[in-house]
Amino acid sequence: MKLSYYPGCSLKGSAADYDDSLHRLCAHLDIDLVELVDWNCCGASSAHMLNHEAGMRLAMRTLQQAAGIGHDLLVPCAACFQRLKAADRALRRDAEYWDEPDYSPAWQVIHISSLLAAPELLARIKKAVSRPLTGLKLACYYGCLSLRPPKVTAAENWEQPDTLERLVAAIGAEPVRWSHRTECCSGSLTMARPDIAERLVADIVAAAARAGAEALVTDCPMCQANVESRQPAGTGLPVFYSSELAEAAISGSYPSRQRRAHLVDPGVLSRLLATAQAVEGGAR
Amino acid sequence: MVDKPICPTASRGKFLQKLQQREIDVQACFQCGRCSAGCPVAEYFDLSVMAVVRLAAYGEEERLLHSRTIWLCAACETCASRCPNGIEIAGLMDILRELACRKGITAAEPRVAAFHQAFLASVGRWGRVYEMGMIASYKLHSGDLTGDLPLGLRMVARGRLRMLPEPIAERSAVAEIFAGKGREYER
Repeated sequence: MKLSYYPGCSLKGSAADYDDSLHRLCAHLDIDLVELVDWNCCGASSAHMLNHEAGMRLAMRTLQQAAGIGHDLLVPCAACFQRLKAADRALRRDAEYWDEPDYSPAWQVIHISSLLAAPELLARIKKAVSRPLTGLKLACYYGCLSLRPPKVTAAENWEQPDTLERLVAAIGAEPVRWSHRTECCSGSLTMARPDIAERLVADIVAAAARAGAEALVTDCPMCQANVESRQPAGTGLPVFYSSELAEAAISGSYPSRQRRAHLVDPGVLSRLLATAQAVEGGAR
Repeated sequence: MVDKPICPTASRGKFLQKLQQREIDVQACFQCGRCSAGCPVAEYFDLSVMAVVRLAAYGEEERLLHSRTIWLCAACETCASRCPNGIEIAGLMDILRELACRKGITAAEPRVAAFHQAFLASVGRWGRVYEMGMIASYKLHSGDLTGDLPLGLRMVARGRLRMLPEPIAERSAVAEIFAGKGREYER
């Protein structure tokens, strides 16, 4: 399978470990990622908040590039995904208004969650797993922008999504039932109003802990950084990327550069893999 | 807040026209309160989400543009997703922030505005966000020089902040976008 790939700024910067794990995961699954050449920032929250025109046109430049290639466009960042979908929707509704009268793509903008949770791919992941993450209790955390607003994201189940739960089950871990799966962590405010982010994140991690989770799993780079960095001291709930966990379950290893990127000790995963190895070694 | 009579007929036609263009039908609101009930940052607002929609329907532009609410809205889109009348409330917040900026109204939450401006300046300059530069610029403009210093150092230690920008080749395309290419029709 060949996909166009738009990493977005976070995955080339503060979430480079997400980009890394995603590439390794796709290699296991025979998915060929073709990164767009010379892509620009989608504008994220800031552009649509202050400058609608720029927000749309930044994303539209990316869509133009993808249209030149013609594969489905994979977007791992929830914020980029939402902005590209919003621009795609605007173009499909009124291409002429945006000066691109020929826009009628046969391809789609797809978020990583819907890619990995598609039945066919899920079956391939399940088959590829060499070390199921048995016993690992995970709170699946979706956040906002891969789901909302459904008019833009086309998410089928925006209040009760289950794509992450399906993936977590496929790699042998245990998704917990909990309350805050789609609550906002206020990532867009985290730098200017850390007090608000701390409050929202405290609620989210408390809810995950209450449900017995040992870690959270997400596919949004803003949620990952925000929930790890703003959680109350001593909480100790790491936030993994879905691709990071799937890759670890498939390869049976957890690279140190992946571990190092976490702001909260991700030891729960390395210990689990070490135990699995010890058990296997003992059985030999 | 000063009490003054609200009169829909005397409302700002231009503002309502703008909302109409973007298909944000604030008049459809029957004040069920679902938007306010689900808002994750509601407790920090000076105007509730529902009040924003109602005031917009009355064309009470000035009150909205000076509110803290428009800046504290995290753009999580919960309100818009749940509105039974399909009102794009988060899009309304976007329009209000943009209008406040264009009119030169000092943001009631200046640090939030400074963050978005630093972010966009970075995109305009490099074509992508250069996180380290964006943070430095935000710090200088917001005056929040020491906040989050330990976190910043941890991010650097964990290799999560690039030292140098990664500019795109076709920066002129991005510059054109910010220069207002396509605004010929006052979009």
